[in-house]
Amino acid sequence: MKTFICFPKDTPPDIETALSELGCEARFIEDADSLNNTEPAEGWLGAIVTVGYNEQKAVDLCREMRNRETPVAPVILVVQPGLMAKLDRLDDLFDECLAENAELQEIKFRITRSIKRFGKNPNSPVISYGPLALNLETYQAIVEKKPLDLTYMEYELLKFLVQNPGKVFTRDTLLTRVWGYEYFGGARTVDVHIRRLRAKLGEEHAGLIETVRSVGYRFGRIHWQV
Amino acid sequence: MSIASNKDQINYVMRTVEERKVRFIQLWFTDILGTPKSFSITPAELENALEEGMTFDGSAIDGFSRVQESDVLAFPDPKTFQILPFQKGNSELARIFCDVYNLDQTPFEGCPRHVLKRTLTKARGLNYNFFASPEIEYFYFAKQDPPGSPQPLDNGSYFELTVADLSSDLRKRTVLALEEIGIPVEYAQHEDAPSQHEIDLRYTDALTMADTIMTVRLVIKEVAQDNNVYASFMPKPLEGVQGSGMHTHFSLFQGDQNVFYDPDAEKFLSETARHFIAGLLHHAHEITAITNQWVNSYKRLVSGYEAPIHISWAHNNRSALVRVPVTKASHPEATRIEYRAPDPACNPYLCFSVVLAAGLDGIQNAMELPKEANNNLFEMSDRELKKAGIRPLPMTLEAALTEMEKSELVAETLGEHVFEWFLRNKYYEWNQYSRHISHYELARYFPTL
Repeated sequence: MKTFICFPKDTPPDIETALSELGCEARFIEDADSLNNTEPAEGWLGAIVTVGYNEQKAVDLCREMRNRETPVAPVILVVQPGLMAKLDRLDDLFDECLAENAELQEIKFRITRSIKRFGKNPNSPVISYGPLALNLETYQAIVEKKPLDLTYMEYELLKFLVQNPGKVFTRDTLLTRVWGYEYFGGARTVDVHIRRLRAKLGEEHAGLIETVRSVGYRFGRIHWQV
Repeated sequence: MSIASNKDQINYVMRTVEERKVRFIQLWFTDILGTPKSFSITPAELENALEEGMTFDGSAIDGFSRVQESDVLAFPDPKTFQILPFQKGNSELARIFCDVYNLDQTPFEGCPRHVLKRTLTKARGLNYNFFASPEIEYFYFAKQDPPGSPQPLDNGSYFELTVADLSSDLRKRTVLALEEIGIPVEYAQHEDAPSQHEIDLRYTDALTMADTIMTVRLVIKEVAQDNNVYASFMPKPLEGVQGSGMHTHFSLFQGDQNVFYDPDAEKFLSETARHFIAGLLHHAHEITAITNQWVNSYKRLVSGYEAPIHISWAHNNRSALVRVPVTKASHPEATRIEYRAPDPACNPYLCFSVVLAAGLDGIQNAMELPKEANNNLFEMSDRELKKAGIRPLPMTLEAALTEMEKSELVAETLGEHVFEWFLRNKYYEWNQYSRHISHYELARYFPTL
């Protein structure tokens, strides 16, 4: 999780610099609709909303972020110097604020502190989906807090799938992207490993990996899919 | 070519051992007769073992010793690293399959895994991938110390009322333990004979399946032992009831295409499949010593128990040696043949090697498939069989060895070392057996002669 929502496109350049120096990514959006359909699989790390001229739109976006099923937090508001008093009536819609002309170091401090307050860490090696989590640093996978004892190839396949939820992959694509070395099974190797993964995930979670008839496989869904 | 493993794979194994607090790693390999062998190493020794192999004295292993030098190298294959579902105390236990090499890093010719890899590589040269899916039959018996005669669990008064539950419960636990280590079970059931069970495995490539069979045999035995029961893969432990077979389904693929399937052919059975079966039938008598390697194996291959005794094929005839389940048009990928001779006490690496080699020979020489055997072969007289051109499988280990000894195909497939050692070892077994005076002889002859 390392992607910040930035609104609008003409956010002060120091904000983007600060994010990149902190190892985070900025994704610029113009309206509340993009909130869902540009969300990365692992979710938003937070949002930086510059109030600027289009105050109503910014407020609407903040409200939308608060009211959604998985609220975006922290929300950091950026306002013109001297207009901080405006924020008083928006108190419940943001977690931190910044003046547009704040120096780079201050921006970084405030971003870091507000992320920490929500228990998040942009440099976490953990990727997760529903009950499943993989730690890319220690190569360990857990489902519902119980360790999964995977072989190397099963781990690599699961990692690839969890990093690309909701996408359908053909066997050949999986074979080149995940294996890419000598093997004895050809394209059917993929089927064999998918079955082994499903067995290890157990009956309850085997359905996370779907067979897409005559195409290939899909892991999980992305949020906006019906 | 370096035989050392890929760095990422080694890192994966090392980190997992550390994170999961694995205390011992078992290095697994198989001797020529398919007996699992292993030695345990500690995490401290593991990295070195993965990079340089572990030296051990091969002369301690049946079929591994050679005249001049006896040290060999066990090279772990990190892709096969797996934490096992049996904890020893509080620490995890893991296994890795090994390939055995000579000290100069050339493949050791006595290693069955090499024999199979070599045969699979040959098939891949023809662009074929070979898949196997076995049905493993076995018995549960009451555990006795010292081992006496086999006592089935669900027959007789020994365990009384609860026994049927016990053996089915053991099988269920085994299936769960297998799934936990990523071995999907297609089907598990109680078999015809008392205390006999069957576990059918979903297909994998033949090398993975041979490794898997070694694991499954161990898991079946371990789960039984934890419950004070003895699981046996002996081909025919009880007289008068069915023995244990390992009917195995085989298929050949080119990429995504099952080459046994042809939408335009009769019953969708392709020309390639017909040649493959023809090759298998042509060489069946030569490979029987490998698929059925014990004196006792031939007590299973007798008339009347659904075990094959004649070299024949059919779509729907369970007395045939090769059965070809009819393919549904909706599942062309499932086209396969079922070879019904092997028993679960075979060496799966060698068994798959000779079956594949026989089939490939059929393809390469475009062998003609004989007529399908539609009658129940058990009911045909010897004369009728002869007229139909149906030959019997070897009826004893000795007969099978005699056929194998004459076989170029088996010699080439196994390689000189395995071929010669196997024959020597098995003739010795036959000679030992020949000296034995059986209960049958005493009961039959002693009172009258």
